[in-house]
Amino acid sequence: MSFRTTPLAVIHDVDKETLLTPELRAEIDKHVAKYPPEWKQSAVMPALTLVQDHNGGWLTRELMDQVAAYLDMPETAVYEVATFYAMYDLEPVGRHKVCVCNSVSCMLGGAEELMHHIEEKYKVEPGGTTADGKLTFKEFECLGACRHAPVVMVDKTYHECVTPDDIDKIIDDLD
Amino acid sequence: MSDDKITLEIDGRSCSAAPGEMIIAVADREGIPIPRFCYHEKLSIAANCRMCLVEAEQGGRPFPKPVPACATPVGDGMKVLTRSPKALDAQRGTMEFLLINHPLDCPICDQGGECELQDVSMGYGEDVSRFSERKRVVKDEDLGPLIATEMTRCIHCTRCVRFGAEIAGLRELGATGRGEDMRIGTFVEHTVSHELSGNIIDLCPVGALTSKPYRFTARAWELTSDEGIAPHDGVGSNLQLHIRGEQVMRVHPRDNEAVNECWISDRDRFSYEGLSSPERLTAPMIKRDGAWHEVEWQEALSTVVGGLRGLIDGLGADHLGCLIAPNATLEEQYLFQKLVRTLGCDNIDSRLRQQDFRGDSSDPLLPWLGLPIAELERQTAVLLIGSDIRHEQPLLAHRLRKAALDGAEIAVVNAYELELMHPARQLTAVPGCLLLELAAIAKALGVSGSGSIKPLLDQAEVGETHQTVADSLRQAGTKGSGLVLLGALAEADPDLTLLKALAWEIAAAAGCRVGLLAQAANSTGAHVAGALPHRSPGAKAIERPGLNALAMLHEPRQGYLLWGLEPDLDLIEPGTAMQALDQAGFVVACASFRSLALEQVADILLPIAAFAETAGTFVNAAGAWQRFQGAVPPAGDARPGWKVLRVLGNLLEFDGFEQNTAKQVHDELAAQCDGLTPDNRLQGTPAAVPEMLGTPLVRVGNVPIYATDALVRHAPALQRTQLAESLAVSLHPKQAAELGLVDGDEVEIHQNGHRGRAQVVLDDRCAIGTVRIPAAVSGSESLGAQIGTVALEKL
Repeated sequence: MSFRTTPLAVIHDVDKETLLTPELRAEIDKHVAKYPPEWKQSAVMPALTLVQDHNGGWLTRELMDQVAAYLDMPETAVYEVATFYAMYDLEPVGRHKVCVCNSVSCMLGGAEELMHHIEEKYKVEPGGTTADGKLTFKEFECLGACRHAPVVMVDKTYHECVTPDDIDKIIDDLD
Repeated sequence: MSDDKITLEIDGRSCSAAPGEMIIAVADREGIPIPRFCYHEKLSIAANCRMCLVEAEQGGRPFPKPVPACATPVGDGMKVLTRSPKALDAQRGTMEFLLINHPLDCPICDQGGECELQDVSMGYGEDVSRFSERKRVVKDEDLGPLIATEMTRCIHCTRCVRFGAEIAGLRELGATGRGEDMRIGTFVEHTVSHELSGNIIDLCPVGALTSKPYRFTARAWELTSDEGIAPHDGVGSNLQLHIRGEQVMRVHPRDNEAVNECWISDRDRFSYEGLSSPERLTAPMIKRDGAWHEVEWQEALSTVVGGLRGLIDGLGADHLGCLIAPNATLEEQYLFQKLVRTLGCDNIDSRLRQQDFRGDSSDPLLPWLGLPIAELERQTAVLLIGSDIRHEQPLLAHRLRKAALDGAEIAVVNAYELELMHPARQLTAVPGCLLLELAAIAKALGVSGSGSIKPLLDQAEVGETHQTVADSLRQAGTKGSGLVLLGALAEADPDLTLLKALAWEIAAAAGCRVGLLAQAANSTGAHVAGALPHRSPGAKAIERPGLNALAMLHEPRQGYLLWGLEPDLDLIEPGTAMQALDQAGFVVACASFRSLALEQVADILLPIAAFAETAGTFVNAAGAWQRFQGAVPPAGDARPGWKVLRVLGNLLEFDGFEQNTAKQVHDELAAQCDGLTPDNRLQGTPAAVPEMLGTPLVRVGNVPIYATDALVRHAPALQRTQLAESLAVSLHPKQAAELGLVDGDEVEIHQNGHRGRAQVVLDDRCAIGTVRIPAAVSGSESLGAQIGTVALEKL
């Protein structure tokens, strides 16, 4: 046997015009166009991101199934992607996401202290959402900005060399 | 890539290889062991377990670090070292990582003793672990009644995931999560429902996926192994039977590239459970005044002999009807027909699920698949007529899927749409109109036709799809890789003769081969053995044939001999069959299982050995004779069928019943088959008038995958799977609306005076007019023909 050269396509028995919303489909199509036709499932990550943003920051199983159907993928393959990457949430989230990088550089640069601070001050465990629904606090795999550790991503913005005081200010400024 | 061979050196041994081959494939061929978990010959390369790391150098320059043998292509002059200190060190390192999270529960693990991880860790592992942290624990998945899981033991080789994607074509398992949190599972809780899913038990290198029915019943080292042949479909998968004492504990595939590759269907894997069913017939029994009594063999056999003599002397041999299951062994079929024919009777048939016999005189002498099984996957266009192929022949469906993924055009003409795991053009129509669909394809190929098919051709309208199918067949025909296949639903069709006539015309016009999907393990063998009214041993035509299976029931006989069948489930018109058998004065049933129906109609029950209990031969769909030995003794007082027939022959004082072994029976038949080769040439022009054309509502009785024969029906785990269908009336929503029915309605089914009850299920895969009501399942016993006119009445 050899390396697989084309991905497994699964044609779902649905009318694609009924999936997601027309706007989302148009956005996803832009990403699909970047890849060869038989590789359209390469667009799964941007597709999931678009769908997640549209759905208030998290993905339901039904939405993932629709993405699978839209990209002719097996459902399981979409679940694999969505569970692998930390930027996809599969449960309801707060209005904002505060993601603290927990990889080596940030850990050495004070990420642990930062996380304890958030846990205590905002009464939220990693992976949890504050009682007022303002923020979801996440431990994140490497954010890839090691030179300015510790790094925190709030929604889609990177904040570098963050101290506990900085994070309080950032969180206060939200909403 | 050129065809040139290249030479490389593995562990100092010079090996030749094709460019592009992986190191591990060459090493395997040379018999040089390299440990591995994720690599599997039949699956794509993942290179994720890293167990096969070896040291290599190319062009005098060593690779900077060890390379995975499964994912490194060979090069000319490459030098590979699989046991050098560097390679061993890498392998030991990988092993240590793999064992970090693997539980040390070998004593309670079913895989213990036959575990690849255990074996490799004996060779490469350390006796002490440096890892002192906590091991991870993974929640179990429920994969259904066939596969037991213990996911904590999983080492993430992803063989099961790749099997699902590449072989089954249904990606049910996946690897979700990341790093420490990665899990193999279905994510969404649903059971694995594919007819080949049991193969992941063999693929799993550890004890994460094991067989549920076998679980905790035996240890690998207590088992002995015997070879066997699967007794269900026309493939005749090669099996390895694992036995403890006198019991088959489990069944594994035996590699045979020409037949089953390294896979078997779940039906072949788990049907052995039926052998220990409490419903086994374990002693000869005689009915006296309506009550059953166990008797000695001697008494039972002399009663049979007396009964047969009485019947024949009194009424004549023609008043006997003899039916034998198409999965009886070749030896049984041969001796059965020999006994019956020596009695002077030609009413003998094994085509239990056929109702149109008008083509008998024109039928090929020894019909078969039309090509060796392995060639199926090299076809470039296939037309499949009247077959639910995944349920009928799981492994042939797999071969066709391989062809389809290679670009073959698969077209299906059937009464309902199939759920296939590959692209296919599906033409659905109610039986009757199926003829017109085929006629349209024939017309598109330019068949002008004469005789019976002429009116059909005149009536047919060629659509775009018909033209496309015709073109693809013709194109494949020029390359010699086109095929037309007829399946079980075609065989059960009241217009089989015309379906055949059209199939042969299409094949001839397109230059394709034509083949039949032999339904049971020995359907092809029945022609060889002569267990048919119009064929004698050696597949020779008989001038004055006896009655066929259906005629024996429509024109009731005074006596019946039944062999290996359940009359209420295995015959095409169960309602008629039960009536005919009920009125007969003398019914002898030889069976492996008791059933209420048999006890109702029979006068004498003789217990015969089932699968794995008798020696014999099966001739598979491709005409291959596959012999096997009995692996375990028959249940209770049951005896191998050929011995029962031999002794019956002796008691009747017939000549030619002196065989001492199954091999002698086999040789006697083989001597009459000298030079016999399968042959699909028609012996005449099939002629018939369409029966079903214009019938608006037709019952189509598919035989569900786990209802094909008594053994499968008595295998409890298979019966609990999703694929085990129960009685229901499936209709197209439009058809239901027209009849005023909605989903869940209870209806009475009327078929020619026979009736039954079931619930309505809406299914838009059914063609308009098709009423799919499965056959051979509980509740179908009282119904009429498997395919035939039907009326529904709302209750």
